[in-house]
Amino acid sequence: MTTDTYHSPESVSGLQKLGIAAVVVGLVLTGVGYSMTGLDRFYQAYLVAWTFWLGVALGSMALLMVQHLSGGAWGVVLRRPLEAAASTLPVMAVLFIPIYLGMHDLYHWSHEGAAEADAIIAAKAPYLNTPFFLGRTVFYFAAWILISQTLLKWSKQQDETGDPGLADKMAYLSGGGLVVYTLTVTFAVTDWLMSVNPHWFSTMWGPLFMAGQGLAAFALGISVLVMLSKTAPMSHVLTSHHFHDLGKFLFAFLMLWTYLMFSQYLIVYSANLQEEAPHYIDRNNGGYEYVTYALMALHFAVPYALLLSRDVKRGIGSLRVIAVWLLVMRVVDYYWQVAPEFHKTLSASVIDVALPIALGGVFLTLYAMRLKSHPLLPLNDAGLEKALTHHVH
Amino acid sequence: MYGVMAEFDSVQALVDASKQAVTAGYTVMEAYSPIPIEELNDIIHKKRTTLSRFVLMGGLSGMAAGFTLQYWASVIEYPMNIGGRPYATWPAFVIPSYELTILFSALTAAIGMFALNGLPQPYHPVFNVERFSMASSDKFFLVIETTDPRFDHGATTRFLSDQGAKGVYDVAA
Repeated sequence: MTTDTYHSPESVSGLQKLGIAAVVVGLVLTGVGYSMTGLDRFYQAYLVAWTFWLGVALGSMALLMVQHLSGGAWGVVLRRPLEAAASTLPVMAVLFIPIYLGMHDLYHWSHEGAAEADAIIAAKAPYLNTPFFLGRTVFYFAAWILISQTLLKWSKQQDETGDPGLADKMAYLSGGGLVVYTLTVTFAVTDWLMSVNPHWFSTMWGPLFMAGQGLAAFALGISVLVMLSKTAPMSHVLTSHHFHDLGKFLFAFLMLWTYLMFSQYLIVYSANLQEEAPHYIDRNNGGYEYVTYALMALHFAVPYALLLSRDVKRGIGSLRVIAVWLLVMRVVDYYWQVAPEFHKTLSASVIDVALPIALGGVFLTLYAMRLKSHPLLPLNDAGLEKALTHHVH
Repeated sequence: MYGVMAEFDSVQALVDASKQAVTAGYTVMEAYSPIPIEELNDIIHKKRTTLSRFVLMGGLSGMAAGFTLQYWASVIEYPMNIGGRPYATWPAFVIPSYELTILFSALTAAIGMFALNGLPQPYHPVFNVERFSMASSDKFFLVIETTDPRFDHGATTRFLSDQGAKGVYDVAA
């Protein structure tokens, strides 16, 4: 079976067409939304869309490193989708440009004279200033692109040469890479997302978004693997055992995200300090309370209850529905984190939907291109044979 | 007599033989293996275990018990004003309720497992076969029991030998 080359089926080209269509539809809707609400809402919606899709790429990169270290059948079958997502990072870096252009609208602390008028911003100025902010962003992307591109390069070499030393090299890089990922993502989400309100702070912020990234990465990976499992060659490979494993991961990351969300809330609620509490006061008023309830019910309670069942995790169709649903809810979560800082009453507009679609189109197009150009399984992975016969332990 | 036991060398041989036995119409059998083989359960036991439902109920009772305990203590019996918060501060109740959910689930799972599988069991006929001690190291066994309606000493012994068994033994009751 290992002599097979696992070429992509037609459905991957379909995914690419879906991506291109999403770019077109997203851009048209963005135009409509822009004419309605203007630049201010554009940047806010762009921040949500960009951090969400970048998060999918980063979460995939992190899981890629985890599977290089841990091995396991789940990692072998999921590796190419994870690599495809991680390959989008250079373009995601370019897509930072609108954030730079919108800094004035997004980050109050970047205003001329903001530090003089506000003692808290003044105290944070050594960290929150435009040159350092941009320098950090360049550093984050340099680190992420270096790690991901090196892993992708070695993975390609492993397909071609079968050199067993490459697995060790990828594992070594992944060990250090995960440390770099954890530190850089913690700082990055603090910069891009927490600093939209320079007065507020939470030490749970980094882990919270990392859990969300891992959840989104699994959700996308499962959705794509379900699609691939419909046709040859992957229909001969993927069984309900693989999906059962991936479903358990999805469940675990859902619990982790919920745990961190709740922990942050409980700590702020218990302390009830004026520096922290406004974050939740904003999100429990002005209509945002409905988004809060929706997150509790539809991002946590319903998918959690469904994923408890073994049959749902092994039922390929049911798992895909939950995975796609969780991707949508991830966007809602980002919206809930960002929007109340700009508008105290809930007023979603076309552009809040348009930009996640447009950037998702860019992401999916690149993703499908990468998936198409490489075998769908790592051909010389030491765990491949075992992953192919996963039903017999 | 309890049944006829066949000895196999590999997981795959045991799985194949079990499939063949089910295809041949045998219904009362049990497999013994030194490692868990998830697939085997689906082949031999058509009925799914009811344990998961008990565990779910146990977990929900734990959650209700934990929440009620705290509600009773902080709202009904010993209400205390802490920083002007409402007595029924549900966010603070979540973690103990969650812990009791886990505790009740785990206890239900452990007790329910013993209740359903009949352990501890001081005597079992399979141990009358000397080779069976290998079931805890590297051999795999399939026993077709005499209570099976299709059981026939000669035919069943032949059937198991035909499945590539390394040895077929009679199991005394």
